[in-house]
Amino acid sequence: MAEDQGDPHNPDPNRRDFIHIAAGAAAVGAGAMLAWPLINSMNPAADTLALASIEFDMTKVQEGQQIVIKWQGKPVFVRYRTPRELQEAVATPLSALKDPQADADRVKEGHSKYLVVLGNCTHLGCIPTFGTGDFGGWFCPCHGSHYDTSGRIRKGPAPKNLVVPEYAYLSDTRIKIG
Amino acid sequence: MSDHESTYVPKTGIEKWLDTRLPIVRFGADYLALPTPRNLNYWYTFGAILMVCLVIQIATGVVLAMHYVPNTEMAFASVERIMRDVNGGDIIRYTHANGASMFFIAVYIHMLRGLYYGSYKAPREMIWIVGCLIFFLLIATAFLGYVLPWGQMSYWGAEVITNLVGAIPVIGEPILIWLRGGPAIDNATLNRFFSLHYLLPFVIAGCVVLHLWALHTAGQNNPVGILIPKERQKKDTLPFHPYYTVKDGFVLIVFFMLFSVFVFFMPNALGHADNSIPANPLVTPAHIVPEWYMLPFYAILRAIPDKFGGVLAMFGAIGVLFILPWLDTSKVRSMRYRPTMRTFFILFVIVGIVLGWCGAQLPDAPVIGTFKTFILIDGDLNSYLWLTRFATLYYFAFFLIIMPLVGLRERPLPIPATISEPVLDGSFAMNAAVMAQAEKKG
Repeated sequence: MAEDQGDPHNPDPNRRDFIHIAAGAAAVGAGAMLAWPLINSMNPAADTLALASIEFDMTKVQEGQQIVIKWQGKPVFVRYRTPRELQEAVATPLSALKDPQADADRVKEGHSKYLVVLGNCTHLGCIPTFGTGDFGGWFCPCHGSHYDTSGRIRKGPAPKNLVVPEYAYLSDTRIKIG
Repeated sequence: MSDHESTYVPKTGIEKWLDTRLPIVRFGADYLALPTPRNLNYWYTFGAILMVCLVIQIATGVVLAMHYVPNTEMAFASVERIMRDVNGGDIIRYTHANGASMFFIAVYIHMLRGLYYGSYKAPREMIWIVGCLIFFLLIATAFLGYVLPWGQMSYWGAEVITNLVGAIPVIGEPILIWLRGGPAIDNATLNRFFSLHYLLPFVIAGCVVLHLWALHTAGQNNPVGILIPKERQKKDTLPFHPYYTVKDGFVLIVFFMLFSVFVFFMPNALGHADNSIPANPLVTPAHIVPEWYMLPFYAILRAIPDKFGGVLAMFGAIGVLFILPWLDTSKVRSMRYRPTMRTFFILFVIVGIVLGWCGAQLPDAPVIGTFKTFILIDGDLNSYLWLTRFATLYYFAFFLIIMPLVGLRERPLPIPATISEPVLDGSFAMNAAVMAQAEKKG
C-alpha cells in the first residue's frame, strides 16, 4: 500500500491525486449548482413576464403626431407620419444609413403611414424627443443621436435603428404589441 | 515597519487573561506604536479621512435604511418623509449624500498622492491594487445609492449605466435583463440595487482591512520615496501615536469644516434639481449628467463614437490603474526627483479636471465663444466633443506611453540616502551636527 501514500518525487498522478482532483471538481460543481438558483432568481419573475402584450387603437393618433404608450415598462412610439415625412423616409437611399434597412421593412404592409417603434435610444436608453434633430424624426438629448422619420439612426453614437417591436394588426385600426 | 516587534506588556489581570486568548489589546497597541516615516506631509492624512468617511457613510446609511422604502411606488415619498418628518432626517440624509462627495474628494487626492510619490511601486503593488479595487467598489456603491431616491436622475442614471452592459456583443442583452430583473428598470431593479447598496460598503470595509494589511506588510511610503534602511529605523521613524494620530486629528477637524459647509449651508449644491422630480419612465430629462465624481469617466464614455468602444474605454480608464505598477519603468518612486515626470503629472491632474468639466457639458456645445471652426470627422473642432477626445487621449497616453517611456529616458535628480538628508542640507557633517543639536533640544 506504500505507493498509495503518494511519493512527492514521482511526477505521475497516483490514486490519491485523483481523489483530490475528483473531490475538488465535485465541490466546484456542487457550488455552481447551489449558486445557480440564487443567480437565476434575479431573472425576470413570472409576473413581470406576464405583462407581455397590450392592444392599442390607432385612431387615437392624429396625423403628424405621435403617442407614447408604455409596454413592459418601456415607452413605445406610435407615429402617424405626414405624407412628406413618409416620402422622406422612403426616398432615403440605403447607402446613407448607418444601420441599413428600408422603410417598408419597418412598417406593416398597407399601414405604412403608421410607424411603431420602441422609444428607447439604442445608445444608452434615453427617450429621444419627437420631431427634432437634423432628420426630422427624433433627437436624443443624452448623447446627441439623430433619427429620421423612419426611426433609423442617421447621426450620433447610437449603433442601431429604433427597434420595431413585434406587433400585428388585429383589425384595420387596432394593433397588438407583443 | 513590517518587522517591528511588539512592545506591548499587559498590565492588568484582564489584559493578561485576554492576551493569551484573544490578543486584541496587543493588536491595537502595536498598531498605535507602529513606526511611521517621520517626513509624512499632509497629503498622507487622507487615508485617515477616508476611514472616517466610510464610517460616516455606514452609520448614516444604516439609519436611513430604517426609514427608506425600496419600492417604486413609495421610494420617492419615503425619501421626502425622511426630509420632512423623520427627526433630524434632513441632516442625516444630507450628511449621507454630501458624504459621498467628500469621500470622492478624499479618494481622488489619496490616489493622486500615491501616483505622485510612487506609492504603487515594489514592494507596494498589492496596496495599490487593493486600493484600485476599493475605488471601483466605491463608484459602484455610489451609483447604486444614487438610484434609491427614485427621482428622474436616479432613474435615467440607472437606465444609462445598466445599458452599458447591454453594449457587450451577443451576451450583453441577456445579462442586461438579468441585471434589471425585467425588460426595463423597475421595482425588481430598485430592490436589488438597495440590497447591493447595503452590502457593498461592508465589502469595501473588508478590502480596507486588506489594504492596511498590505500597507503594514510592505511598509509605508514617504515623500522622499526611499525604503528606510534597517539601521535608520530608529532615527527616521516615529510611533504612529501620538505623532500621526494628532496630525490626522487636526486634518479631520479641517475636513469636517468643509463637510459642514456643504451639509449645513449648501446641501444641494452638488446635486441636480431634476432628482426632485419623481422617476418617470416616459420622459428623459433634457440634460442628464452623473454626479461630479463620475464626470471624467462619463466624458471618456462619450468621447468614443462607437457604443461598445466607449464602454471599453470607460472601464479601461479604471482598469489601467490596476496595472500601473508595471507600466512605470522608473526605479525612482517619488516624483520630487523626477522633474520630467512631474510636469506630465501636473498636466495629468489638469486633464482630469478638464475631463470632469467636459463631462458636464453638451458634447456639441462650443468651448470658446460661439463661433464654428471646421468640422473634423464628425464634430466641430471648437466643441466639447473634441476637447474631450484630446483629454481622453492624454489620459491613456499618460499611463500607456508617457509612463513607460519617461521612466526609461529621463534623468532623475540625485536621490538622498536617508529621509532626513534633504531636510538637513545633505552634507553629512552638518547633518550630524544639527541632529546632535536637535536631540539635545528634543
